[in-house]
Amino acid sequence: MVAQRLALGLLTLFVVSLIIFLGVELLPGDLAEAILGQSATPETVAAFRRELGLDLPPHTRYIEWLGGMVQGDFGVSLANNREISELIGVRFKNTLFLAAIAAIISVPLAVTLGVLAALYRNSLFDRAINIVTLSSISFPEFFVAYILILVLSINANIFPSISNVSSDIGFWEHVYRVMLPALTLTLVVVAHMMRMTRAAIINLLASPYIEMAMLKGISRSRIITHHALPNALAPIINVIVINLAYLVVGVVIVEVVFVYPGLGQLFVDSVIKRDIPVVQASCLIFAATYILLNLTADVLSILSNPRLMHPK
Amino acid sequence: MSTNKLKKILQTEGLTRRDFMVRATALGVAAAPASALWSSSAKAATPNKGGTLRLAIGHGSTTDSLDPGTFENLYMQVVGSTAYNQLTEVDNNGDLVADLAESWDVTDDAVVWTFNLRKDVEFHNGKTMDADDVVASFQHHMGEDSKSAAKAILDPIDGIKADGKDKVVFTLKSGNADFPFIVSDYHVAILPAKDGAIDATSGIGTGGYSIENYEPGVRTALKRNPSYWKQDRAHFDAAEVLAIIDVAARTNALTTGEIDAMDRVDLKTAHLLARDKNVSIEEVSGTQHYTFAMHTDVAPFDNNDVRLALKFGIDRDALVKTILRGHGVVGNDHPIGRSNRFHADDLPQRPYDPEQAKFHLKKAGLDSLKVDLSAADAAFPGAVDAAVLYKEHAAKAGIDINVVREPNDGYWSNVWLKKPWSAVYWGGRPTEDWMFSTAYAEGVPWNDTHFSHARFNEILVTARSELDDAKRREMYFEMQKILSDEGGVIIPMFANYVMGLSKKVQHDKLGANWSMDGFKCIERWWFG
Repeated sequence: MVAQRLALGLLTLFVVSLIIFLGVELLPGDLAEAILGQSATPETVAAFRRELGLDLPPHTRYIEWLGGMVQGDFGVSLANNREISELIGVRFKNTLFLAAIAAIISVPLAVTLGVLAALYRNSLFDRAINIVTLSSISFPEFFVAYILILVLSINANIFPSISNVSSDIGFWEHVYRVMLPALTLTLVVVAHMMRMTRAAIINLLASPYIEMAMLKGISRSRIITHHALPNALAPIINVIVINLAYLVVGVVIVEVVFVYPGLGQLFVDSVIKRDIPVVQASCLIFAATYILLNLTADVLSILSNPRLMHPK
Repeated sequence: MSTNKLKKILQTEGLTRRDFMVRATALGVAAAPASALWSSSAKAATPNKGGTLRLAIGHGSTTDSLDPGTFENLYMQVVGSTAYNQLTEVDNNGDLVADLAESWDVTDDAVVWTFNLRKDVEFHNGKTMDADDVVASFQHHMGEDSKSAAKAILDPIDGIKADGKDKVVFTLKSGNADFPFIVSDYHVAILPAKDGAIDATSGIGTGGYSIENYEPGVRTALKRNPSYWKQDRAHFDAAEVLAIIDVAARTNALTTGEIDAMDRVDLKTAHLLARDKNVSIEEVSGTQHYTFAMHTDVAPFDNNDVRLALKFGIDRDALVKTILRGHGVVGNDHPIGRSNRFHADDLPQRPYDPEQAKFHLKKAGLDSLKVDLSAADAAFPGAVDAAVLYKEHAAKAGIDINVVREPNDGYWSNVWLKKPWSAVYWGGRPTEDWMFSTAYAEGVPWNDTHFSHARFNEILVTARSELDDAKRREMYFEMQKILSDEGGVIIPMFANYVMGLSKKVQHDKLGANWSMDGFKCIERWWFG
């Protein structure tokens, strides 16, 4: 079961790499001409193609490109000849760091709120939580970001308004400086996870085994945490993982507002300057993140479900 | 109120003390406070040492490189001007002063230039600078294969050779009295040579700060160069330059004290930012200007009376007030800014005069005129609004301007130089000759008005090799008058460079040749 999922994940990644490569191939015009612009003469274009290996047939280039990727060789940036792996490495680490901090805050918060909302269903507390989380998800990210800057940075002066990080700052300093973007992301993703937790638990509360538990006289909170939650884990894990993937690949706007040097900003820069190898590599990393996280969700759902773990 | 106005005059205009006192009297400020204001602005006393300057620039991209030949945005211009030096420097008064070259000589025909180098200059890697480094640094931008942005401006160089360890001789293709200005260009930085070539991306220079850490498009950490030879410069211990493209993020960072200075204040909110107790807004009027360029060989613009009618039909004051929100000065249809050496101060300012415009239309044999004006915000911020305002101004003179809104994408390749009348942005050039030869000499590729004037071209060449400043002044004055009265360009306004500074940051008079104190803010400023 698990092995099959892993194989499917790899297959998807392969198909995605094919689509990325074909997409770039299909771009109108020639890459060499696009980059050389006004200084494109037949000789310089030919020299450029030779340098990049663009004169080889597409399937040879695809295999070479994929081979390089598999071995961690992403090639060099066209704009400044820097190693792409080195360029992306730092940025991706920053993006993962921000995503991790946001996840550490948002996942426990969302699950706790979801459980509490299910426990006190239809109470004032339940409604208040729903209204607050739904409003925060309804505002665009940059608006939430600016409100947080206004309140927590300009008025209260607790957190810095820009996330100016570099390699020489310590761990806790890094955490402090990414707090505002992490809080912004938390506000954006909490509603989805919280409502899914609530719905999944409430769904189970009508089942016969819960009624049985109630008849035994167990307290409501114990029923929810010990009887309902373990069975509701599969859908909750799925929605958490989708949100984690969003935290990694969907944060371009938050990065721009807080001037955070993550992968999103690199991606936008490269698209503007038509730095195709960097764009390709970033796309593949984003795709791999999505697939890897979904795979984790599948595997975790299987592990959390005894019927799937031990099929008859 | 008048004191504030006076302060502004002091900051934006290069006045002598005498001029300043005259203006102060005119504004009704008593002599004693005015005099105090003058001395407080000339606060060059003794700059404090130390501290880390944090600077945010609204440019910068992951694709930037430390190769000075590739510098094209303010971020790299500031970083480059801090880590590297040139042979000469334009100081904060707009005068040319010695930098890596301590003096220079020229033959009477202004063809052969000899630069005597300083002997006590060390690169950040400890190597002593000599003539071979200079030759290699120039050759980096020259030659067939060069991709350098400075290739065109160094094209007049015929030969360059080292004469001993500390002399470099340039032979030009023809005389050029402004050559020492050309070698001050930020691209032509002097880097250490190895085997006759420079390692252009090493980031090693002679500047007051060495590059500690460089992440393209993100941040640069700079550390003071302890063996810097300029005694009165490089006051900060260290500096950090951040690329913050988003103007709201830049402004937030300044108001919350995350940074100490930023470039390009949002003009729409500048008056609100000025209310912040910890922030001061500084502006200088330089050479940056916005134009409407007409092709002088295309009807109806081939008739000078039509051109004059259009020049009288624009309300320049209104444009400065609305488009630049007061952060600029009116232009007089020639591209020479007030900070240039040979600006024609006595040339009467052309007013907005619909009657005059009608008179010239009639002289051209026309009752009314209908013309297309191409504009897009890519030309300059607010270009479309400026064109629409112009349409209203000109309507009073019986001129019907049809504003054609062009797409931003591809504006410079499809509209500029192609459409007979279009809006254009010019950063300006440090010298008159440089500006005129780039855009107004006959036949040059960027002559966006197709201007061809025999007398103009003749004086341009004569003035270039004339070494007598008084004679050059006369010639450049005449050229400005020719352009203003007969040229195909309408220059309604010069836009200021507007910067936001924390009150902690102190500085002398700001250079107007480029933004951020002529790119040299890190080397010139200090904390009070």
